[in-house]
Amino acid sequence: MSVKRMRVEYLARVEGEGGLQVKVRDGQVEELTLNIFEPPRFFQGILLGRSFTEVADFTSRICGICPVAYQMCALMAIERAIGLQVSPTTRELRKLFSLSQWIQSHSLHIYLLALPDLLGFPSAVELSEADPEAVMRGLRLKQLGNDLTALIGGRAVHPVTAVVGGFTWIPSQKEMDEMRDRLLRALDDALETVRLVAGLKLPGFEHQTEYVALMDQDGYGVNQGRWISDRGLDIDAADYREHIHEFQVAHSNAMHSIRRGGGPFMVGPLARVNLGFDRLSPVAKAAAAGAGWRFPAHGSFRAIQARALELVHAIAESAAILDGIDLKDTAIPPFRPRAGEGAAMTEAPRGTLYHRYRLNDQGLVEFADIVAPTSHNLHQIEDEMRAFIPTVIDLPDDRLALECEMLVRNYDPCISCATHFLNVRIERC
Amino acid sequence: MAKPKIAVFKFTSCSGCQLQILNVESHLLDLLGEVDISFFPMATRSVRHGPYDIGFVEGSVSAPEEIERLQEARRECRSLVALGSCAYSGGLQALKNWVDAAGLKAAVYPDPSKIKTLDQAREIDHYVKVDGRLRGCPINQEQFVDFVAATLRGKQPDFGEAPVCVQCKLNDNICLLVSRGEPCLGPVTQAGCGAICLSHNRACYGCFGPHEDINAPAMIDVLRGLGLSGQEILRKFRHINSNAEGCREGVNLIVSQADARRISGAG
Repeated sequence: MSVKRMRVEYLARVEGEGGLQVKVRDGQVEELTLNIFEPPRFFQGILLGRSFTEVADFTSRICGICPVAYQMCALMAIERAIGLQVSPTTRELRKLFSLSQWIQSHSLHIYLLALPDLLGFPSAVELSEADPEAVMRGLRLKQLGNDLTALIGGRAVHPVTAVVGGFTWIPSQKEMDEMRDRLLRALDDALETVRLVAGLKLPGFEHQTEYVALMDQDGYGVNQGRWISDRGLDIDAADYREHIHEFQVAHSNAMHSIRRGGGPFMVGPLARVNLGFDRLSPVAKAAAAGAGWRFPAHGSFRAIQARALELVHAIAESAAILDGIDLKDTAIPPFRPRAGEGAAMTEAPRGTLYHRYRLNDQGLVEFADIVAPTSHNLHQIEDEMRAFIPTVIDLPDDRLALECEMLVRNYDPCISCATHFLNVRIERC
Repeated sequence: MAKPKIAVFKFTSCSGCQLQILNVESHLLDLLGEVDISFFPMATRSVRHGPYDIGFVEGSVSAPEEIERLQEARRECRSLVALGSCAYSGGLQALKNWVDAAGLKAAVYPDPSKIKTLDQAREIDHYVKVDGRLRGCPINQEQFVDFVAATLRGKQPDFGEAPVCVQCKLNDNICLLVSRGEPCLGPVTQAGCGAICLSHNRACYGCFGPHEDINAPAMIDVLRGLGLSGQEILRKFRHINSNAEGCREGVNLIVSQADARRISGAG
């Protein structure tokens, strides 16, 4: 009988247990816990008693990597609570705003966070010495996403123009046209990214799960649509809590989610592409064909391919939105606080985000419910890891630990800062 | 001469200020040529141990283990710099400092006993000596680049102590407070953002925190004059930098004014 314990520390100077703890007996995983140390900030608590006009600025601060998703989701939930309809142009601008974050976040993940792993470098710094052209391309794409976010929102991190009812400020037609042309030029970089990812040797491990994503009648899901899975889930944001059970686990400050009557599920680029491949823009679909990729694909190691396709899609779709946008219809409609409850979902770069608020008649928050994409995925990460480890258990310790880290990074978790700071320790018993 | 060693530490935060460092795309590779990024977990797996020449600290201290980790970071860094509002003042999560901690945990977690946090989210100055501060939620990239450039040349970076109004005027904006009666915190907020909100037709909400010579009584009078209630003004100060001294001063004034009114029997 052999027993093997593996410990991957997320934060080297944290006392006690590390972030990923695994105990294997006779090739089978006996215990597996993914610990999230990120101290909680109690957003759902500190939002209580705040005005409905402040909520989006608060929730933005939940994540500095995808603040736009947190702003959009909060604003849409609040607007449902007070019964406010925004203009079609505002909806288009919001979609564009969200897509800008996909461009930024996906290029950050592919080039700076994932590629160094897959090519055997500790970071993009060393990668930039070996392949400067690739890193420069990644930085160009990331800057494009940031510049689009800043064009609409004033700045790239915690942008400022998105408010209840719309935007405080709209870029000029000239700025929009210049951005559209820049996006169209950047398609080459995005397609080159697909070719780069197609050339990577990815682990062949496959794992089946339930895929869940927003499906929009009008196209690929971003800020609207029903939340749909390949196993029969088909709901509106308002009904979320009837279908998703969130629970606390002893080893993590982040909550876990499962589908009621079901198990773990995956959200994020791979789930979206698996469910919505047909809705991708033609250029993204052609890129997939060129790369020889077929979807649905199973197992998170394929997520980088989905991310690369979404990068192409987000750029093409953003250019298309800018091409047809009518900037006249952008006024913020009049509104007043009123008592009510509203829920919304958006597709953040790393998966579905859920917000729900109840407001009193002065527009003050009485109840807030927020579930982050990474929270949706945590149970799924543990589940996939449990299946994955027996397939790589014979690798040397350092390689095994790296493979486990890579599996976590496939989900591009919001704790990516932590997952890149791994002091690996494996104890054999 | 060896390149200066730089470390970036994360405490309780959203990672947005660290991302602002990665977002200096056009300068990133130049920067990497001049310094040795020895420790930056968000960007690299490799860890080169201290001592470091400059340590940037993102985040506030809100969990027991963070105190020790911050003290260790202090020992390892010749110069320790607060990176953004969380490290500077405690950040948005410091709003928990003003409410019952147990109730707050219970509002978020089914089993609050498993959550180990400090009752207060505090600025890093509360625990260690701090050599420099970059304000903002998030930090401003130009300020970051200027800060690193000045430090590398042995100079003290100087961002001035002007309020946002000065930058707003330089941008030729029309004053939203005077012309439209919007409750703008520009007069009491430290400049550095470039008056972004004002340049996008929105009143300042104070993400860079109060500037040193904040005139809280005058700001409160102006906001009252615009028709804001005491509670509404309170929320202006209890925002992203609620734990900064100037914001606490504002809150104390509003509370004492409310007490005075209650005692005198006026509304």
